[in-house]
Order: sequence, then C-alpha cells, then structure tokens
Amino acid sequence: MEHYTMNLTLKVWRQKNQNDKGRFETYKVSDISSEMSFLEMFDVLNERLIHEGADPIAFDHDCREGICGMCSMYIDGKPHGPWQQNTTCQLHMRAFKDGDTITVEPWRAKAFPVIKDLVTDRTAFDRIIQAGGFISVNTGNAVDANSLPIDKHKADEAFAAAACIGCGACVAACKNSSALLFVGAKISHLALLPQGEPERKTRVMDMITQMDKEGFGACTSTGACEATCPKGISITNIARLNKEYLMAGLTADQ
Amino acid sequence: MLDAKIPAGPLDDKWTEYKGHCKLVNPANKRKIEIIIVGTGLAGASAAASLGEMGYKVKAFCFQDSPRRAHSIAAQGGINAAKNYQNDGDSVFRLFYDTIKGGDYRSREGNVHRLAEVSANIIDQCVAQGVPFAREYGGLLSNRSFGGTQVQRTFYAAGQTGQQLLIGAYQALERQIALGNVKMYNRHEMLEVVKIEGKTQGIIARDLITGKLERHFGNAVLLCTGGYGNVFYLSTNAMGSNVTAAWKAHKAGAYFGNPCYTQIHPTCIPVSGDHQSKLTLMSESLRNDGRIWVPKQKGDTRKPNEIPEEERDYYLERRYPAFGNLVPRDVASRAAKERCDEGYGVGSSKQAVYLDFAAAIIRYGKIEAGKHGSENPSAEEVRHHGVDVVKEKYGNLFDMYEKITGEDPYEIPMRIYPAVHYTMGGLWVDYELMTNVKGLYCLGEANFSDHGANRLGASALMQGLADGYFVIPYTVGNYLADEIYSKPVATDHPAFADAEKAVSDRINKLMGIQGKTSVETFHKRLGKIMWEKCGMARNAKGLQEAITEIQELKKAFWSDVRIPGGTDEFNPELDKAGRVADFIELGELMCIDALQRNESCGGHFREEYQTPEGEALRDDANYMYVSAWEYRNEHEWELHKEPLVYDVIKPTARNYK
Repeated sequence: MEHYTMNLTLKVWRQKNQNDKGRFETYKVSDISSEMSFLEMFDVLNERLIHEGADPIAFDHDCREGICGMCSMYIDGKPHGPWQQNTTCQLHMRAFKDGDTITVEPWRAKAFPVIKDLVTDRTAFDRIIQAGGFISVNTGNAVDANSLPIDKHKADEAFAAAACIGCGACVAACKNSSALLFVGAKISHLALLPQGEPERKTRVMDMITQMDKEGFGACTSTGACEATCPKGISITNIARLNKEYLMAGLTADQ
Repeated sequence: MLDAKIPAGPLDDKWTEYKGHCKLVNPANKRKIEIIIVGTGLAGASAAASLGEMGYKVKAFCFQDSPRRAHSIAAQGGINAAKNYQNDGDSVFRLFYDTIKGGDYRSREGNVHRLAEVSANIIDQCVAQGVPFAREYGGLLSNRSFGGTQVQRTFYAAGQTGQQLLIGAYQALERQIALGNVKMYNRHEMLEVVKIEGKTQGIIARDLITGKLERHFGNAVLLCTGGYGNVFYLSTNAMGSNVTAAWKAHKAGAYFGNPCYTQIHPTCIPVSGDHQSKLTLMSESLRNDGRIWVPKQKGDTRKPNEIPEEERDYYLERRYPAFGNLVPRDVASRAAKERCDEGYGVGSSKQAVYLDFAAAIIRYGKIEAGKHGSENPSAEEVRHHGVDVVKEKYGNLFDMYEKITGEDPYEIPMRIYPAVHYTMGGLWVDYELMTNVKGLYCLGEANFSDHGANRLGASALMQGLADGYFVIPYTVGNYLADEIYSKPVATDHPAFADAEKAVSDRINKLMGIQGKTSVETFHKRLGKIMWEKCGMARNAKGLQEAITEIQELKKAFWSDVRIPGGTDEFNPELDKAGRVADFIELGELMCIDALQRNESCGGHFREEYQTPEGEALRDDANYMYVSAWEYRNEHEWELHKEPLVYDVIKPTARNYK
C-alpha cells in the first residue's frame, strides 16, 4: 500500500452549546498522512488549536475500533463518511486526496440535540431501550443454557440484528430522522429468540410509543439508514418490526 | 497484616459455606440502602442490574454518553466457562487450575476457585437475557479454544462477544432504570471518595457537560472502572479508559495491588507512525487457526507470499510444541519481541511478525469441498470454500484489519505486534471484593484479584460478570446488614464539603497553570517512558531511570500544562488533564512495584531473572505474595504483603512445551 501525505481544507460545524446558533469554520491542515485515521487528523488539528490558544473542536469518540458507537461525524453529507459499513473512527485518510475540502457536521436530528460542536445527546436511544428493549430475567433465574436449543439460522439472524452499535447514523442519514432501523434491530434481536417471546407484544408497542415521544420522524422506506449503517443492519429488520407491531396491535388483550 | 478473609474449610466448599452464612438484608431494609456504582462495563452494569433487582437503591455513573459504550464492548474473542459441553474433560477444577497456572501462581486459590464455580451460571444468565452466542446446527452452543488451555471452553459471538455480553448487561440495567431501582448518571466522572470515620459514605462526581460538582451519598461505593493500560498512552483500551476513580480511592487510603502486572497482548496491529492514538487488537481466537512466523533469514525483505515454506520460522510451534500457537499471552508476546529484537521482524518498522491463515484456508477448504461432494477439488475451489469458512469465523476482524492497514488479510498474512491490553493489577480487595477501606468495593478489571501475574484469554469477561452478577450480590449484603442501623448522611456534612473543595481546588489549580504544553504531549511522554522501561521487559537500571524521569515529568506537567476552555462547560481537555495527572502518579508506582519484585512472573519480566532458554524465572521463596501499596505522601508508598498460600495446587515452573 502506497502511503502519501496531503493538505486539506476542513469546514467544521462549531457550536458553543445547545443554545448557540452555530456556524461553519474553515481550517487548513497540512502534511496529513494517508495512514492516519480520520480522528487522528482531528487530533492533529486540535493540538494545533490548543497551541494557538484557540478552542479545540469537541467530538465524541472512545474505543476507536468501530464498536462502542460513540463517534458520530457527518462527513461530506454522509454519517461516518464515504466508506461503506464503517464508523468515523475507522475511516482512514487514504479515503481522501491532496487538496480535498471536507465538510464535517454533527448528527442532525431533533431527538439528538447538540451539546457542543460535533457532540450530540443520544440518550433518547437509552430511553427507548428502557421502554422494552430487554428480556425480564433477574439474575439467578436462568436454567441451563443448553436446555433451550435455538435454530442456528435464527440465532445468527438475531446476532446480526444485535450487532447494532447504537451510534445513531441511521437517524442522521434519514431525511425524517426516523429511528426505525435502531428500534427494528432491537425488536428483531429479541423477537427472533424464544427467550423474548413472553414480552413480545408489549415490547414492540412500548418501544414504538417511546420512540414517537422522543421526536423521531416517520419511516418512508428510502433505505438511507441501511446504506449508511456501519454494521450493515438490514432494513428487513424494519419490515419485521412492522409485522410485530401489526400482530401486537391485532391480538392485543386490551 | 492484610486479611483477605478467605473462608476456612476445603477449597470446594468455601464459597458455598460463605453463601450459607453471610448476613442478609431484608427486603424492607434494602429499600433504604443506597449503593453507588462507578463504571458501567460488564462488572458495573451487571452489579447495578442485579442489586437493583434485589431492591437496593442504586446510583450508577459512567463518563461516556451511555452505559452501552463501556470498553467491555470491545472484547472480541469470548468468555470461558467450565460447562464441559464439549465432553473434552473440562471441569471447575480444570478451569481453576488453568487460571492459577496461567497467572503464574500469583493469584489466590479461594478467589479463583469461586470464579470457576460461578462461570457456568454466567453463560446460563446471558443466554436467558437473549445474548446470541454462536450455535451449532443442532441448536446447542458452540465453543472454541483459547490460549493456555487444552479444552474448548470458550463461548463466543463471532468476534463481538464483549459487545453482546455488555448489551445483555446494559439491557438488564436499563430495565432497572425504567423500574426506578437504578438512577443513571451519564457523562459523569467520579473525582473523590467521601469517607467519614473511616467508612465510605459517598462520592464527589463532576457533570462533564456543565462542569458542576455533585455530592452523592451511598452506604457503599462500588468501583467498576476498568483497567489502567492507558498509562502507556498507546494501548488497546478506549481513549477514555482511565485510572482516575481507582486512583482517588487509592489516595483516600485504598491499597493498590500488584500495579506492575500488565498484560501485553501478542496480536495487535503494529504502530504505523507518530500520529497513532491507539492500538487495535486482533483477537486471540485468531491463534486457533492462524500460524505465527517470521523469515528464517535476518532482515529478509521479500514479500511474505514469496518466502517458501522451508524458509519460515514458526517459532511458537518450534519452541512450544505442546501448545504451539496457543501459548498464553505473556509467552507469545515475549517470543515475538525476542524474534524482532534479534532482527527477524517484518514490515517497514521491522517491529512485526506474521499471522498467517493460508494453511487454515486450505484445511477448511478441503473439508468443505468434501462436504460438497468434490473428490478432487481445484486449488481455487478449495480456496473459495476455505475463505468462506474463515470469513464466517473471523470476518469482522479481517475487515477491521483491512480498514486500518489497507491490506487484505485473506491474501497477505497479517502483520502483528504485541501491545498493552489489560492490567492484572488494581485496587487490592479481599474475598468479598472490599478494599481495605470500609464500604469501598472494587470489581472487574479495576481490582487485582483473580488473574495473578497474567490473565488467560476469555477470562476478563468471565471475571467482570462473575463479580457483578454472582459475587457482589452476596458479599455486599454481608456489610450492608450492619449499615441498616446507621442513618444516611446528609450531603451538607462537612466531609462532603471538604471533599468537594479538594476537587474544586485541584481543578482550579490545573486550569490556573496556563502553560505551553498540551495534555496529549505529556501523556505521550509518559507512555514512552513506561513502554520503554516498564513494558514487555524491565530491568533495575531502567526502572530507576524511569522513576526519576516520571518525577520530572510530573513537575513539568504541573507547571507547564495548557488546558483551554473553562471549568463550567463541556471541556474534554480538562477531563483528560485530570486523568493524565493521575496516570503520571500511577506510572511512578508501577515502576516502584516492578523494581521491588526481583523475579519474573507472568506479564512482569525482569531481564535479570530468566532461565537460559529465556523463560520467566519466578522466585517463590521470596516473592510469593501480593504487593499492596499504601499511599503515604508524594513519591512515597508503603508496601504491605499478602502472602499467597497454596493448599491445593503445587506451584511449579510453568511449562507449555
């Protein structure tokens, strides 16, 4: 792999806090190695800003290996940037070339208010999980793990849905800021497993109610969420959610 | 004298006896008792959920934006449990034995046996929660092998086991939050322990969004704050992983156990340049199928695929025929370092070895072709099938490798090198997971307890969940049963005011320095000292130098650090400054501990103490103890020793040959 260095222009969203109006600011960065990660490029810029006595750019990040779901930059109009099935932290500078201008914004959604610069508040996702994204089994209640064989295909499918990292890229990509891929993934994960059966109906009803309360928009099946999801969560999870919701509605006890 | 409070009686019965006789808190009283839990990884989330379910009033804190981000999420390979589902001779005793041996005979028999006993319950609990572990076609759970064992006892969910287990614990925690049993504080950092008359009564936390300091009362405080690998700057830890909560507890009187025991993981993606901010692990599970080698010829510049089989040195298979590529981590790391130091390293930095899947692809490919009824499959057909199998097993890891390096590991062997991964050391705790400070507990990686001088693969997840789901619910009750007689302390008590003032003074001092050098620069300097002088190999001279250098670094930090922004706002640079200040102090203690331990054991390798073959040479006569350090003053610690007594296992030289 050939390595190279590049000079870039960055247009970055700066916003002091939730009440500030915010604006784009332009920064030039030079001698960026193609081997760097996108966030390491931001580290270089921030070091310079600190040295110059300016305010560094706030951004969320933690594991930097694509699994914690904390990083969340909207890069050139795409959540997590140009690579497929990728998180911001795993985007590397070889995706860009010398002279490029890169625009970086926070996730934009009513339900994800900006805290500062590129940092948003995604606790709405936690509250959706609180509404029903679990199996009610207290510690100590479990029977032997192998007493309940599960069809491998179903288990694999449940795993594929459970691989969601809760980053919110699906919401950021959607023109309506719908959270249906996130919610659909959790509904699928738990509905596909026999352990999830007892709470199947209430779970989907409660999670959808909470989702609406948080101010997420409606799904119009554009598929932007699936296309941008760093973990390749399939849009069929939304279809399953719709089916679960319909079934729960039709067969509700009340 | 340190009392570990190991229950008397035969090893097999200790935990059962303890559970049968520990004090209980009745349901009405549980409602009145408040427990603070700091950190929401596997240990913290499982403890918070379990204690909430039991009826305690729980407050949980994490510095991330959600408990689901904790770095347990990044654990890849799996979780051990003595289920013996594979009928390959596993048992509680085997898991216990492997863990003690893997830890190079520097852990407690009582603790480790309990860990092995509850391991099976963890798998049951997680499956009940809906954790989608890998399964066989018959619908039953699948297992794989990990380093340092000869049985298949590792349960896994592709290369994302930590993620799935954490999501399970997180969901259980969120359920308790919804029920009102747990109150969650996201983006909060614990900055002080509040003690009154020697008893822990709460914490001071800082809201990282507003910068406000908060006082929180608790009848007990549980630190579940993970390891301190980031003292090395570069490690496989998350950027935010830090020692601050544990360090504040240490300075408030809690002893720090075995700080020098750090685990250097053999299979990580090598450093690519000075810009590097973190290192990425390639799961140990890859050593099930990957073969590690370097060229037989020094300084060989040929591409790996051009080097013929007979000119490759599969040095782990050569040196350790019994365990081969699946030797424990410390052994594999040192062997890689040895080859690179001798000039056999590969890649542009020459600080890397190959991890090669070509043989596995062919082996699996032939089996699959056979299943498809192909008698004489072509090489392409074999490769095609083989790649599919390897993809199913390790696909996400291969993708991650390709994203970082730009190379396709299905075609070219991975380049790997050891990196800091885990810390066996941590706050000293007794059998009940209580530190020597009353009411202050420590769980998971943050404590020192179960892994001795080296942790076996897939055992960190096991320990975190064992502590949180199955140990602390019993042991904390044994303390809290007496707490029902004491009234909750109001947070306007002078002890809270003093603790808050100490925190605010420290922050103001940091902000007031207004020097020229960034926090990051100091962190990098510390990391360089630690990696070079207290890393994979240590010696007395280097450690003495390191101690002086760290003391100088500390002075420089406190006179020249530059922190932008203000205190009453979202200011990640300020958060980081506090953490690096604590890492600097910890670094000094790690070097002091490493210097004091005149032997090699597990992850602690002192160059002066090795066998003629270069293996670690323990000194059981003089160092069969836990080093528990008490903070006295700046640069001054007192060593307390907890002797390790082996009643069941006879310590021998660790042999993986």
